[in-house]
Amino acid sequence: MSARLRRILPAAIFALALLCAWELYVDVGGVDPFVLPAPHAIAVALWENAGFIAHNFAVTAKEVVLGLGVALVCGSLLAVAIHLSPLLRRAVYPWAVGSQAVPFLLITPLLVVWWGFGILPKLVVIALVCFFPVVVTTVDGLASIDPDQFKLLRTLGASRAQAFRFGELPAALPAALSGARIALAVGVIGAYLAETLTPTVGAYAGLGHEINADLTALEGARAWAAATVLFAFSIACFYSLTLIEHRLAPWAHKAKGDER
Amino acid sequence: MAVQATSPVSQQQASRDQVAVDLGGVARSYRDRRGARVPALDGVSLCVRSGEVLAVVGPSGCGKSTLLELICALQRPDAGNVASLPAVLMPQRDLLLPWLSALDNAALALRIAGHSRARARERAGVLFAELGLGGFESARPDELSGGMRQRVAFLRTLLSGKPVLCLDEPLSALDAITRGEMQNWLTGALLREPRTVVLVTHDVEEAIVLADRVLVLSPRPGHVIAEITVDLPRPRSGVDPAAIALREQAMQALGEGASR
Repeated sequence: MSARLRRILPAAIFALALLCAWELYVDVGGVDPFVLPAPHAIAVALWENAGFIAHNFAVTAKEVVLGLGVALVCGSLLAVAIHLSPLLRRAVYPWAVGSQAVPFLLITPLLVVWWGFGILPKLVVIALVCFFPVVVTTVDGLASIDPDQFKLLRTLGASRAQAFRFGELPAALPAALSGARIALAVGVIGAYLAETLTPTVGAYAGLGHEINADLTALEGARAWAAATVLFAFSIACFYSLTLIEHRLAPWAHKAKGDER
Repeated sequence: MAVQATSPVSQQQASRDQVAVDLGGVARSYRDRRGARVPALDGVSLCVRSGEVLAVVGPSGCGKSTLLELICALQRPDAGNVASLPAVLMPQRDLLLPWLSALDNAALALRIAGHSRARARERAGVLFAELGLGGFESARPDELSGGMRQRVAFLRTLLSGKPVLCLDEPLSALDAITRGEMQNWLTGALLREPRTVVLVTHDVEEAIVLADRVLVLSPRPGHVIAEITVDLPRPRSGVDPAAIALREQAMQALGEGASR
């Protein structure tokens, strides 16, 4: 058995067991299919609506990727600024924490007034959700360099900027990438939230929007099919980021062995 | 001192007679956790000629590391004066940066001096191979043994381009066998790349094997209590009768210093 197969097998068996239990629960337990459709019904809905769901998926995927990108850029820039300026840390950091507690329903009308029915208000919501884990992990990562290593860089004649470039920045990379993975996981929920809270014009408004519309239209199986796609997307992105992390920061994994 | 040196040999002789490091009546204290003043060094005077290897031995806590930081201008003396050619410190821990390869770690000072990555690698690579590290260029620090890590750290110190190397117990963390190998390696490296060296150690045998001259410091507050000139051919062995005699001499001075 190949190593790759061995790594995937537990998750596959777990998923299969879960699906079987689900199927039995719905079929034998007599659950109303509007409340919980059976896996086979979801699979059929996914097959029959593949085109429709694919178009909506494209909208949501674009939102997540762009929103995450905005959060990564803004979050890491803010983290660097906070790291370099104690004053800024005192002034801004508490508000960054507080930004996580904002109920989005309060601000989405304002976002729509400002930017209309396009993708921009959704990006702002997703970025706000993703921003926090990026800032926190990057700030901690930047401070994680061994103080003696930092001192060594300075004794070798490194300027403050060079010490940052050769020391703090690479030291922060593993933590920042972990932050990106967390941000991605919450970013997908953020996209659902954004689509729920802001109106969209056009035929395809995203998977989140579709799920809500399907549920009202008693298309439960299609809503679940859309959710399944979102679910798979989330997992795929998470592991892609993990791979990127292994590629960009191999030193952070050597000591722990080859676990993922 | 002869001024009209013309031939290369006499020039070399002249540079050997130049003073690289000159300390006169240096005192330095630090504050402990409760804020009390603890004198680390008191009235230390020493002089290192260009190209000389000076070892400083003394009991733990006698201010040996402070002495090196003073020479490297990382601290200022409370009293007395410190004059030195540009000096670089090699700390006790290797402090290799885990995100750089062995060669890039060795070349760090060249990068800091503004060389491109390729140029820095090229220049460091020559010495890297000459000093027996060939084949380990792309190894990450966590893949290297303790002895190899110290070699890379020494190379990094060497490539800083400073004429004076301050080595702070560079071999103390190694096991006895590796330490013996490293002493030979260090002797060879310094024959190939002569520098003025101030070596701090608590290992008297190591001092005798490596140095031209050994200074014995008293317990805290440290000052020079004995000076031993080691006029033995290199490479030396610690079990050579002449070396053992000198070691006895140094041990006796240390013992007298402790009982005083």
